[in-house]
Amino acid sequence: MAFTITVNGRKRTIEAQADTPLLWVLRDELDLKGTKFGCGMSFCGACTVHLDGVPTRSCITPVSRVGSASVVTIEGVGDSQVGKRVKEAWLALDVMQCGYCQSGQVMAATALLARNPRPTDRDIDEAMSGNLCRCATYTRIRAAIKQAADLPTDDTREV
Amino acid sequence: MASVNAFEPAAAAPLSRRAFLTASLAAGGGLLLTLNLPRADAGEPVAAAPEAGAELNPFISIAPDGIVTIVAKNPEIGQGMKTTLPMLIAEELDADWPQVRIEQALLNPIYGMQFAGGSMATPLNWEPMRRVGAAGRQMLILAAAQTWEVPAAECDASQGIVRHGASGRTLSYGALAARAAALPAPDLQSVTLKDPKDYRIIGKFTGGVDSAHVLEGQPLFGIDTVLPGMAYATYQKGPVFGSRVVSANIAAMKAMPGVRDAFIIHGSDPKAVFDLGLVDGVAIVADTWWQTQKALEKLRVVWDRSSLSGQSTAQFERQAEHLSRQPPQSIVRRDGDVEEALSHADKVLEAAYAYPFLAHVDLEPQNCTAHYKRDGSIEIWAPTQLPGAGRALVASTLGVDESKVTVHMTRVGGGFGRRLKNDFMVEAAMISKMAGRPVKLLWNRRQDIQHDAYRPAGFHYFKAGLTADGRLGAFRDHFATFGQGREVASSADLPRSHFPAGFVPNLLFAQSLIELGVPTGPLRNPGGNALAFAFESFIDELAHAAGRDPLDFRLDLYGPPRVIPMPAPMGRPHPPFDTSRAHGVLELVAEKSGWRKRQELPRGSGMGLAFYYSHYGYFAEVVKASVAPDGTPKIHKVWAAGDVGRQIINPAGAYNQAQGGILDGLGAALHQAITIEGGRVVQENFNTFGLLRMSEAPPVEVHFRVTDNPPTGLGEPPLPPVLPALCNALFAATGRRIRRLPIDPRELRAA
Repeated sequence: MAFTITVNGRKRTIEAQADTPLLWVLRDELDLKGTKFGCGMSFCGACTVHLDGVPTRSCITPVSRVGSASVVTIEGVGDSQVGKRVKEAWLALDVMQCGYCQSGQVMAATALLARNPRPTDRDIDEAMSGNLCRCATYTRIRAAIKQAADLPTDDTREV
Repeated sequence: MASVNAFEPAAAAPLSRRAFLTASLAAGGGLLLTLNLPRADAGEPVAAAPEAGAELNPFISIAPDGIVTIVAKNPEIGQGMKTTLPMLIAEELDADWPQVRIEQALLNPIYGMQFAGGSMATPLNWEPMRRVGAAGRQMLILAAAQTWEVPAAECDASQGIVRHGASGRTLSYGALAARAAALPAPDLQSVTLKDPKDYRIIGKFTGGVDSAHVLEGQPLFGIDTVLPGMAYATYQKGPVFGSRVVSANIAAMKAMPGVRDAFIIHGSDPKAVFDLGLVDGVAIVADTWWQTQKALEKLRVVWDRSSLSGQSTAQFERQAEHLSRQPPQSIVRRDGDVEEALSHADKVLEAAYAYPFLAHVDLEPQNCTAHYKRDGSIEIWAPTQLPGAGRALVASTLGVDESKVTVHMTRVGGGFGRRLKNDFMVEAAMISKMAGRPVKLLWNRRQDIQHDAYRPAGFHYFKAGLTADGRLGAFRDHFATFGQGREVASSADLPRSHFPAGFVPNLLFAQSLIELGVPTGPLRNPGGNALAFAFESFIDELAHAAGRDPLDFRLDLYGPPRVIPMPAPMGRPHPPFDTSRAHGVLELVAEKSGWRKRQELPRGSGMGLAFYYSHYGYFAEVVKASVAPDGTPKIHKVWAAGDVGRQIINPAGAYNQAQGGILDGLGAALHQAITIEGGRVVQENFNTFGLLRMSEAPPVEVHFRVTDNPPTGLGEPPLPPVLPALCNALFAATGRRIRRLPIDPRELRAA
């Protein structure tokens, strides 16, 4: 079937089976390789994209359910002020190790800061705990979110 | 760990012999590395891409506009070597880092050994890469001196420019490159290296060279590879290890939407089950990967009844318990007379420790893109830690010469030791050959978890004796581990030199083998990731039994400053164990964590300490933890002190590695176990095999103690001590001793 979806501000028409996850449409039909496959069952968050600003697991979202929602991926998220700041913080603090989960992390962090510009540590825990990092770069992810929010980057959690 | 041979340069027919790296054991026991650069009269054309400019040597090209292209020789699996190794070259070249571009090498003997494993990139390359850079600098200075007709000794270079001091004349590297490239390459052993105080790049916080590209969504990883005319493939192997395909509904598969081809592949030989070579399975090739997965749901395979189908975790545990009551099958090491010493000990402690099998779960599932071409050559794009071994496996399995196999090293979405095996590579190559087209093979998560080379489980039956003055007088470990026949399974051995061997007068390391039909292999810090938990927890038990502070008990055990010879990881030459470096990090972590004041902590929380020496690195760690009423551990903070020598090459990567390795270890302690039932792995995804999450990740404070020793790697050494440090902290908090991983909160629940 043919589907027309809006990705990073552009209308795109693709042919796919209705149950094809958005992830594979993005990666293999639209050649947007930044969104990653990690588990296929929404457990890891590597495939996180925004649907109307809401962080969404593209690996379990059938393309037929996207409808008129605005899809934003790692390739387009830097067009927003928040997304740009998040990416800059990620690079300034050298967050990534292998980097495979990081587009999903950036998408989750951008969605957090877009609705909550000054998150607490607890807010960060809640927003980010569905995004697994096998290299466990959580220390720097936390610091980069704070840096993007203009908060002190020190880890001030009570120990 | 993988065999030593696996880390030798591939013996393929070289594309060029313009440089080669050899490692050998120096007379003094140190590691001697020699990289030989080509001479200008070697008669071979330069091979760098024209836009890269003039090639000074296989690692360095300089364009007329001054852009310096440096080749990164090793695979990038997340330890930052694509950044670090070029930093070493750029430093001694005196390049201006913003003017440097990095190019990933192909697999080619001219670059020497190309692999990611064993935390070896820093110790193996620290000196040779700097010499490569210094050779380039010398050639540029000589080219300037010849241009100006002055002695080279009157010229100096800095940040991409050569200066003649007396006249003040300058020439840029870009302007000099063509002339420099025509000069003979100097003998690398003759070049002068900088005084470290003059470093401008080494030691500076330097971001990963690919990081911005990753955040732009550029196709850098293996999974992102696209070839013209490519199809997608899935490969289903039997869930029971060693299964052979009897039949499959191939016709039905071929009728599924988008499916181009489907076929049975028979594996190469029974050994392939343990070596992770090509084993039996069914390949489905389709227009999209999603179509391969839809077809997979309908795949019906008749597997033969594998002889390995009877094994289970429960049975392994019964066997271990049984073996613990029998005399050991073999002796690993015997010092003094343990039984005699135990019989006279003031206090005797016995404890049984156990840890489970673990999977690697690289976040990028195993994949490979392969093109078997009509002329019999094969081109491969793979996220692999050990490309040379992969090429050899493809060549031998498909019956082609290694010179016909080209391997492109993509960025790797996590290694952790899993990608030292190249089963995905040989599968993709075979599927491409049989399908007659380029294919991208991608495993799904279930296939990835259920077809791994697992960190082996293990069972330690300890008995130790304390003397009247509270010292360790006797130590015995009967290790029930795994093997095939009389051979210990991969990564399931107990090294003869393992602590406390050499530090206790009476010691017995003995072992008995449980027959295993599950493939095993190295996981980040093989051996140490398991042994540290068992040994360093039991040492803590002994310290408490002796009524000593666990820090003082350890400091006494290591004893006065001295060096003790050590066998190496992977059989390589190894610096000796230096007890003063152990003392150094133990005292540093105690100071930073407030260890001596831990009695002031509120009731219900506690601190635990552990130390581990591995892969050349010395790490001591303290965990502060408490326990919720339901038994869930809460980890408040981790302090780490590490000693990896005189130079932290890139602080950006170094602290990240240490923090990540420590959190990785906490995830394993809290969440991870692979269980076997009916000869197959039970777990299928991250819901049953967990990783640490953001909400569980405590602050990790890392300190490096700089000592005058050669710089070494950080991928592995920070991990092991955190598991026992956590368990020792939970003991301090609750009085309950964790002797089995993963931690079961029920054992910590308030009575």
